[in-house]
This record gives sequence, C-alpha cells and structure tokens, in this order.
Amino acid sequence: MKSSKLTEKNIKHLSKLAGLKLTKAELSKFPKQLSEILTYVESLNKLDTKKIEPTAQVTGLENITREDKSGKSLTADEVLSNAKKKDKNFFVTKAILEK
Amino acid sequence: MNIDQLTIVKAKEGLKKKEFSSLELVEGYFKNIKKKNSQLNAFITLCEKEALLEAKKADKLISEGVKKSLLGIPMAFKDNFLTRGIKTTAASKVLQNYIPVYDATVVDKLKKAGVIILGKTNMDAWAHGSSGEASDFGLTRNPYDRNKVPGGSSSGSATAVASRMALAATGTDTGGSIRQPASFCNVVGLKPTYGRVSRYGIIAMASSLDAIGHLTKTVADSALLLGITAGQDKFDATTSPSPVGDYLKNIKKSVKNIKIGVPKEYFREGLEQNVKSKIKAALKEFEKLGVKVEEVSLPHTEYALAVYYIIQPAEVSSNLARYDGIRYGLGRKMFAGEAKRRIMLGTFTLSSGYWEAYYLKAMQVRTLIKQDFDKVFKKVDALITPVSPTLPFKIGEKTADPLKMYLSDIYTVTANLAGIPGISIPAGFVNNLPVGMQILGPHFSEDLLFRLAYHYEQQTGLYKKKPV
Amino acid sequence: MEFKVFIGLEIHIELKTKAKMFCRCAADYFGHEPNTHVCPVCLGLPGALPVPNKKAIELTIMVGQALNCQINSFSKFDRKNYFYPDLPKGYQISQYDLPLCQKGEFEGIKITRVHLEEDTGKLIHEIANNQKVSLIDFNRSGIPLMEIVTEPDLRSTTQAKDFLKKLQQLVRCLGVADADMEKGQMRCEPTVNLEIVKNKRKYYTPLVEIKNINSFRFAEKAIEYEIKRQLEEFEKTGLEKQAGNKTTRGWDEKRQKTVLQREKEEAADYRYFPEPDIPPIRLTDSQIKALKSKVPELPGVKIIRFMNQYGLSREAAINLIRTNIRADEFEKKINEAKKYGLSLQEIKINELASWIGGKKFNQKKKLKEIPVIFIVRAKKDYKLPKEKVIKTVNLVIDNNQKIVEEIKKGKETAIEFLVGQVMKETKGQVDPNHARSILREKIKSA
Repeated sequence: MKSSKLTEKNIKHLSKLAGLKLTKAELSKFPKQLSEILTYVESLNKLDTKKIEPTAQVTGLENITREDKSGKSLTADEVLSNAKKKDKNFFVTKAILEK
Repeated sequence: MNIDQLTIVKAKEGLKKKEFSSLELVEGYFKNIKKKNSQLNAFITLCEKEALLEAKKADKLISEGVKKSLLGIPMAFKDNFLTRGIKTTAASKVLQNYIPVYDATVVDKLKKAGVIILGKTNMDAWAHGSSGEASDFGLTRNPYDRNKVPGGSSSGSATAVASRMALAATGTDTGGSIRQPASFCNVVGLKPTYGRVSRYGIIAMASSLDAIGHLTKTVADSALLLGITAGQDKFDATTSPSPVGDYLKNIKKSVKNIKIGVPKEYFREGLEQNVKSKIKAALKEFEKLGVKVEEVSLPHTEYALAVYYIIQPAEVSSNLARYDGIRYGLGRKMFAGEAKRRIMLGTFTLSSGYWEAYYLKAMQVRTLIKQDFDKVFKKVDALITPVSPTLPFKIGEKTADPLKMYLSDIYTVTANLAGIPGISIPAGFVNNLPVGMQILGPHFSEDLLFRLAYHYEQQTGLYKKKPV
Repeated sequence: MEFKVFIGLEIHIELKTKAKMFCRCAADYFGHEPNTHVCPVCLGLPGALPVPNKKAIELTIMVGQALNCQINSFSKFDRKNYFYPDLPKGYQISQYDLPLCQKGEFEGIKITRVHLEEDTGKLIHEIANNQKVSLIDFNRSGIPLMEIVTEPDLRSTTQAKDFLKKLQQLVRCLGVADADMEKGQMRCEPTVNLEIVKNKRKYYTPLVEIKNINSFRFAEKAIEYEIKRQLEEFEKTGLEKQAGNKTTRGWDEKRQKTVLQREKEEAADYRYFPEPDIPPIRLTDSQIKALKSKVPELPGVKIIRFMNQYGLSREAAINLIRTNIRADEFEKKINEAKKYGLSLQEIKINELASWIGGKKFNQKKKLKEIPVIFIVRAKKDYKLPKEKVIKTVNLVIDNNQKIVEEIKKGKETAIEFLVGQVMKETKGQVDPNHARSILREKIKSA
C-alpha cells in the first residue's frame, strides 16, 4: 500500500475530481485530517490477502432483473418541481464546454 | 390513555377497544412535541395539520370496522426517508427545500398499513455521524441528559421515541446508526439483515452497507413493524426473495439452551469499564433464562473499522455525486464539512493508483470479516456484544477529531460489513445514562433475535423507564 | 513516406427495448416533449435504485454471439464516476472488467468487447438573456446502450465505413436496434493513428479519438481528414505515440476538420467500482446456448442464400435484407405462390424483389396476397377447363360481397384481390388475366 501523503497541492486536484470546492479552512485542515484517517486504515497492510476473493455484495443474490415492460413515468411538472432553473420543460444550467 | 406507557401493541388494542381515538393519540404526541422538541430538537419537520386530518380519517375507518395493521398509529420518519409532498432534507442544507415527488417503499408500506406521519426526524447530515451533532439544522440532545449526545445518525428518531414524542420512528443503520442511538436513549433499535427491507426511496449513504430499520419502545413493537416493512421489492434489486415470516408468532417461545457467543475481541481495551460490567450483568440475566453462554472469537474484528472507513466513504462519494443542484437541491457548495471530508476520502481511495491498495484491499478484508461470522455461527446461534465503547458522551467531546468520532463505531460496523442483523436493547443505566447491548445473528435470523431480546426485556422491564 | 493506417472503432447502439435499462420508463422517447419519459431512477432522484432490464441483457448477448464473441458466464455492472450535467447520478452504470461479451470477430475485424450500459440525457446549447446556457432533457437518460469496441484492425476509411454499415445491418437484422445514425441511435468514435516508414524505420503517430460523428459520411470525412493531418503533423514535429499522449478531437462539420478538444488526454479518472445496487449476472451454459439459438440468420448468410435460392442479384438481395420485414415478406410471398401451385420460374422474382425492397412498399401494411402482377405463366400451362373457372369465379363473388360492392362503387383496383382469390382456389391453374375479365363480366351483370 502506498504511503499516502495528502498535501495542499494534491488536495486541490482531489477536490476537483470530487466535484467540491473547499474553503480556505478546509484546504488547510483536510490534508492532516485525511492523512490521519488514511494512516489508520492502512492497518489493513498487516493482512496478507493475496488469495482472498473480494466481497462487493453480501446478499449472494444473482440475476435480479425486470421484464421488459414499460410503465408510468413522472409528469414533466413533477420532474421539474424542484429545479432551481427551468425553461418550459427543460432544466437549465450554465453553458458547458464539450465533454 | 397514558402516552408515556403506550406501545404500538397497546395503542392498537386501545384503538380497537375504543379506549381512545387516533385523534387523541396524535394530539397527545403533538402536546409532548410542543413541550419538549424545542429543547431536544428531535424533529426537522412537523406535520401537525396533516396528521390531525389523517387521524380523523383513521378514526372513521376504525369505526367502520376497517382492518389495517397499523391504522391510526402515529410514527416519525428519519429525514432521509423520502415522503411525497413532505420536505425531506437528510438534515443537509443542500436539500433544505426539497419536496419529494415519490414515497420510499417503506413509507408507502407503512402508509398503506394506516400509519400517520407525525414528522421528519433530525439526524447527522447524510447519515454521516455517530452523535447527532452533525445536523445542518442544529444538534439533537439526549433526553436522559441534555448535555449528552443521543447518538447518531438516527439521533432524532431515538430521541423522539425515548421522550415520548413518537410511538415509533424509522431509521437507517450503515455502521451502527440505529443501534448506537437506541443504546444511548434506552430504546430498541433494529438493524435488519441487509436486503430484508427495501432501500428504495431512502437517501443512500453506502449502498452495500445501508440497512433500513426502526426504533421502538419494545421488542414486540419492533417485530410488528418489521413484519410490515420487510419483503422483496421490485424497485430494489438487492432485496431478498426469502419469505417474510410472522415475527411475533414465536416471540414468547422459550430461549432455553440457545447458544450465545461472546466475542472476546469486543471486550478488550477501549471498552469503558462500567459499560463492560453492564453487559456482563446482562449476560448473567440471559443465563437465568436458560441460554448457554460461551466465549468465541472473531479474529479480524480489529480491522473492521478500517475496512468500513474505506468502503463507506467510497460509496458515499459516488452516491452524493448526484447533488449537483441542477434537478433539485441547492448544489454542492452547501455540503458541510463532514460530508466533504467523506467525499474526499472516498474519491481518494477509489482513484487511479490507489484503488487496489485501498478499495480492493478493503473488499478482501471484508470477506475475512464475513467469514469470521459464518464460522462462529456454526458454533453458536447468536452473539451478544456491547454497542458503544462508552456511555453517551458529552456534546462537543468528539467533534474536534473526526477519527475519534469514527472510533465510536467499532462494535457496530461489523454487522454492516457482514450484512447480518442486530438488535440493540436497553441493558441498564450508569449514572442515569442508558447503556444498550446488541444481539447479533446470522442472515435472516431476526425472529431469533426478537425472541432473545423479548425475554430479556420482559425479565428486566427497562423499557418502562423514561427520561425525567 | 509510406504509411499504414490503424483505425479502431468504439460504437454505441441504442437497444430497441420497450422500457429503459434500469427503470420502467417507455424507451420510445424520440420526438416526445422533453422530460416526459422520466422517473426517479433515470432522473437520479435521491433514493432511486436501478433494476436491470432482462431483455437488454439478452439482446446484448445475442449481438455478442452474432459477433462470434466469448460470452462471459459471470458478468457484472460497474459505476463509471464523472460529473456532467446530462449524467443525473454523477455516475454511469456500465461494465468495466467483466463485460457480457468479449474477444469476437466480425468481417475480419477483431471485436475486443461488447458491453451494456445506460445512455445519458441530452444537452441543447442556447443563448438566453445574452448568456450561454445549456438546456437538459432527460428523456434519453437510462436508455439501454450497447457498446462495441474493436481492435485497431481497420486499415482504411472505406473499410471502416463498410464495417459500420454492415454492423448497422446486422443489428437491424437481429431486430435488436434501429441504429439510425441521424436519430443518434448509433454513434461512432474512431481512434486513428498511423505507422509511418521513414528511412527504413517505423514510427507511430499518437492516438487520436474522434468525436461528434453523426453519420457514415462524417465518419468517412473525419477519418480521411485525420489521416492527412497526422501525416502532416508528423512531418512537422516528428511526435510519436507515447503513453498518455492520446488526444481527443471533435469533427467540425462546418469547418470540415477535426479540432482538438483536450490539451492533454488527462485520462479521466473514472474510479470504477462494482455497482453495489445490482447483483451480478451468472449464466449457465444452457442459457447461453438458448440465447444463441435465438440469433436469427445473419445478413451475410442470408444474402448468399437469397442469391442462391432465388437467383437474385447481390444488389437485389442486399436491398431486401435491409430490414427483417422486407426479407420475411419476400419469402412469405414466394411460399404463398408455391401453395398456388406456382413454381419459382412462374413468378417475376426480380420484380417482386425490387417492389418489396423499394420505397413504395409499406412495411406496416404489406401485401395482402401475392399480387397477380408478379405472376407470369405461359398460357399453355393453364389447365383448368372453362366451366370450372366460371364456377370458381361465382364462388369467389359469393364469398366476397363486400369487395364486390366496392368494385361496383368504383374502386377498380379491388378486383385484384378477387383475382388472387380465384388463383388461390384453383391453385394457380387459371390465367389471371382471363380470371379478371370473367370477374368483371360477372360483377357488371350482377
């Protein structure tokens, strides 16, 4: 496991990836707080898990699907009822650059 | 009608025998709410007008002889349960004006059973918390001592039931968020098997860990509610097709010779001495009931919290990505510190270059933890452990250090990682502060848990105690 | 400078299911009012959860089988995390390391994988109050999307365009998709680079992924342009392919060129992890076999069969198999003719083929019976005696009074139906022209 050092520099990059804007206070607090937590969780290094299958789900369920039948949708009014900005039946957001 | 002594079972009887009406019930609870909520802050939203209306309707139906399992019974709902037309916030400013256009499956089921919604209870924002202090709408206080925390994240629900502001309340448990506040507030908190109750319409925290349950005064109430909320849901692909039994049917059956395991790893250093003695005393009570107690081992216990604090924030970071403020909500700038911290942590452990070292590793150790339980349940039928390593702590005591707060969860996260059910029940008082214990069992063993809990509860009568 | 072209294709095709991928919203969203085919799941509302559409999984496996892929008996969904306004959950449910199908081959090109995911909403760029805004419609969000990725085995623009056309034909023939590029039901992102031989050494230009391709024509032009551009750029800069220098360019139809979209391919970190809300898919051998048997006759095979069995030209055959309905209708008519007692030589096969394959053929209405105009038989082969003909004509008139009324009212063309009935009754033993004239007489005099 890599030794994780979260610094003010890479915290900014991480916050972009996370879709967050950190306050000045957070930018200075977070590196230490997060590094402490990461150090704590790195205790898992003590275990040899090379041959262990990862568990992604605990239900043991498989093949849960639905039949291809269409049903009711929400009305456009319901869909837009909590939107900050809307225009006729569309949601509105500030212009986005190409994906 | 003595609201203080009511349980769902008693209320149903009372309504049936016309000792009181649903309207009187609802009025009674709102009287208590008006008296106590301003100090305890257990509710974010109150639905007095609607509830009184619904109560009148319920009374009419009752008089017409309509039979519904919870007709006229008032309940509170944790504010991460979507309730159509009723503001739902997850205690975060991001959703401070959000009015859902659909009901959670559990809400729908309870409404169809006749439940009346008193209001939405306070919680740690986004269910990120173990104390009830991290709500964007003010902290909740422990009704037994207002300078102490009620536990979290189902803080409002536990407080409301304990202080008789609601007959029962729903909750969610991702790492202990039902069991721990239940134990801090002297109420019964059920975390069902993962997949027993539908998560559809409940604001997701960590998808592979969230369990949907409730807080009640008594074990029988808990069993009654589970009978209604449990079952496969076509809107939730992780719900189990295993049939829902009658959880009340065998609740009084003797528990003699049932084997109870006491995992030694849950009684090591870190556990406060007086909590430890309460649990040990409780075990003695169990032995009086005829159960066989033996020591067992869950060797990977010490790693559970680390696994939890990798997997949970990872799933949180993904589940909170939808709150971009475009279709609903006020946008990501409204996230408070704890949410941001967890999103950052989760984003990090999933990121390229770190995924194998953290997330994959955690998934592998999760397998080991689950295997510990599988092995132990071949030897014993159930386990009894403490819920919290400490008594209800002082408000502000752990807020400065996130890691310190996270350590409150050491005994509860294991059940979420393995997906097993757990029930937290009152085990006594220390300095007038409640202490709870939890009974854990294999997947879908809720009826065994209810049975054990019921006998202990009836023997000790702790549920009768209420805050001053 | 000698050079070789390497083209790999990433193709997205909307599957033709009744409902969306993870919810019950109706999948026929195109042309409807915005945000009317949306529910909590595909809108990404708090608390909503996905439940996968069984049919979409089956259709994807069928395509994988038609592309000669290995079908993974254990497969799962994963979350692909990134922020964009048309992605309501902030992640797309897709497949990462265990796709439904992998390692196939089609038209000589290796198929890396075929997997299943969900489509995003649609953004429309506008100017409102002197400000640039984006309008979002989520009708398309959650539509089942099949992704097909090829190895960079394509060596020319023509080959790439051909491949795309054949793939479109394949999915149409399988009935899994309409794949209309103009409606956005089929999208393609080619990745192009060159191997350049200079002074007896081989050089590879950096990979370029091209987006914004809305038609086969655009694909052709964009790839052509990109090949020229990469040659020029290499001559100028000598820049070679390196880990991390893949770029994305968009085809600009107005300026007829590809334009750089991102400075450095900051490999988007999608932080894939297994989708916790959806249990994995496990298929047994017999289930995979059962799905394989549902794979209908593939276009390539059908074309050859039509050519051999019906003596059609290759062009005529290709035209007919454009859609399942046309091909099926053609064969149905041939089989009907056989019931009349006609042989293939007695049918104007090529005319029938071009009529059914042509624009006038209405796929919904189809042909009521094999129209008499396609039947040709030497007069000497009509063996039925006159009395029998008249008897049959009378019978047909008696049984079809409604049609007779229509003819009397002036609907002349309806008589063809009666002619067909006579042909049917007599098992084709009557000259249709003769039958027609007798029918006319009888109807007039009736």
